[in-house]
Amino acid sequence: MRIRIPTPLRSYTAQSAYADADGATVGELLADLERRHPGIRFRMVDEQNQLRKHMKIFLNDEAVRDLATPVGPADEITIMQALSGG
Amino acid sequence: MADTPVLLVGTRKGAWILTGDAERRSWSAEGPVFLGHVVQHLVADPRDPSTMLMASMTGHLGPTVFRSVDAGATWTEARKPPQFHHGDRLGRSLQRVFWLTPGHAAEPGRWYAGGTPQALFVSDDAGDTWEPVSGWNDHPLWEKWSMWPEDQTPDGSMLHSVIVDPRDASHLYIGLSSGGVFESVDAGRDWKPVNRGVAVAFLPDAEPEFGHDPHCVRMHPQQPDRLYQQNHCGIYRIDRPADRWERIGDNMPPEVGDIGFPIELHPRDPATAWVFPMDGTDVWPRTSPDGRPAVFVTHDAGESWSRSDRGLPSAAWFTVKRQAMTTDDADPVGVYFGTTSGEVWGSVNEGEQWSPIVQHLPEVYSVEFTRV
Repeated sequence: MRIRIPTPLRSYTAQSAYADADGATVGELLADLERRHPGIRFRMVDEQNQLRKHMKIFLNDEAVRDLATPVGPADEITIMQALSGG
Repeated sequence: MADTPVLLVGTRKGAWILTGDAERRSWSAEGPVFLGHVVQHLVADPRDPSTMLMASMTGHLGPTVFRSVDAGATWTEARKPPQFHHGDRLGRSLQRVFWLTPGHAAEPGRWYAGGTPQALFVSDDAGDTWEPVSGWNDHPLWEKWSMWPEDQTPDGSMLHSVIVDPRDASHLYIGLSSGGVFESVDAGRDWKPVNRGVAVAFLPDAEPEFGHDPHCVRMHPQQPDRLYQQNHCGIYRIDRPADRWERIGDNMPPEVGDIGFPIELHPRDPATAWVFPMDGTDVWPRTSPDGRPAVFVTHDAGESWSRSDRGLPSAAWFTVKRQAMTTDDADPVGVYFGTTSGEVWGSVNEGEQWSPIVQHLPEVYSVEFTRV
């Protein structure tokens, strides 16, 4: 599955806007993403498996925060960052 | 031999590395490193100055540590940054790495990190992988001492001023802002508060055992029984084994007061220390008192203080954060500070005269000296 990567995380994907990962849930996708791009998951997900406050993951058009959310082969995953900072 | 003076500057928007000439009068700035990243602390390892660690995060991404083993030329992320265990008993997750301290000279590769929430982490491989210090993070009184889960300061409670006694690697101090100063004599397995004599104007109890707000604590490297503290409520000194701090800030000019963030020590003279006072009156503007920035120095362990502002602007409203003041190893000692307005100032003569080193950076969070 192809995942869209936001600019703050592209240092982990050799500046690529997309990365491939496999899994049946959002959490499994992120775990596989971590295997392929070490370090990327902890910047998005804390040590208690909670998506960090300013990170957003869209499953197609729907924002999801539960890492157990199932995903299918036809789904599109987009990782985004919320508007924050200054 | 490493002899080129270098200032490591962490800012709210990245890091800069300032390289000086032999006289420390001309400096060139290299950066930004990690533009846009919040760099709370950038520290070189005195046991191996080519190793540098950077405490970093961004507005969106989680906290991490970047490492350089070539004096800042290249950086890689820690393979396992500081973090609590999954399934932590309180469900804690690290929000920020705030402070970095190299370990004892006899423990090469050991580093300590303090964070938000007020947890302590240790690395034994020069910052590549980190583990929680259970003796502190899971101490039976940790929730009380750190007033978990309330944030005690506007930017979040933080653990700072991790101090390793040069005589004994198992003798540690830490500062909690807020919470107080705590000491361990068994390498972090157990801790006790060391706060007697310190004012705490924001709590009903005039002399609680803990709950104080040390902003910066320093141990004199050649007289390690002597510690200085710039607190939210004054400037203090203690000479162990005494257990009561003396408010040496009472000797500051009353119109200036003794509130501030940093305190820095002369590397050889235990009686000399520098502070950068800020306005702690009214609504706590945290700016230079009366808009007149100045360093104050004591040469008699706090019995008296003198103003040091030659070269500084006569009117300005910046202040200096707790990690943003440092000294070098030269004779006379160089003193340096970075401001909330993005300037780094230096003095090559112990504060007799100040000169701007670099201007127009983002808000400076930390300034540390090394030689490469």
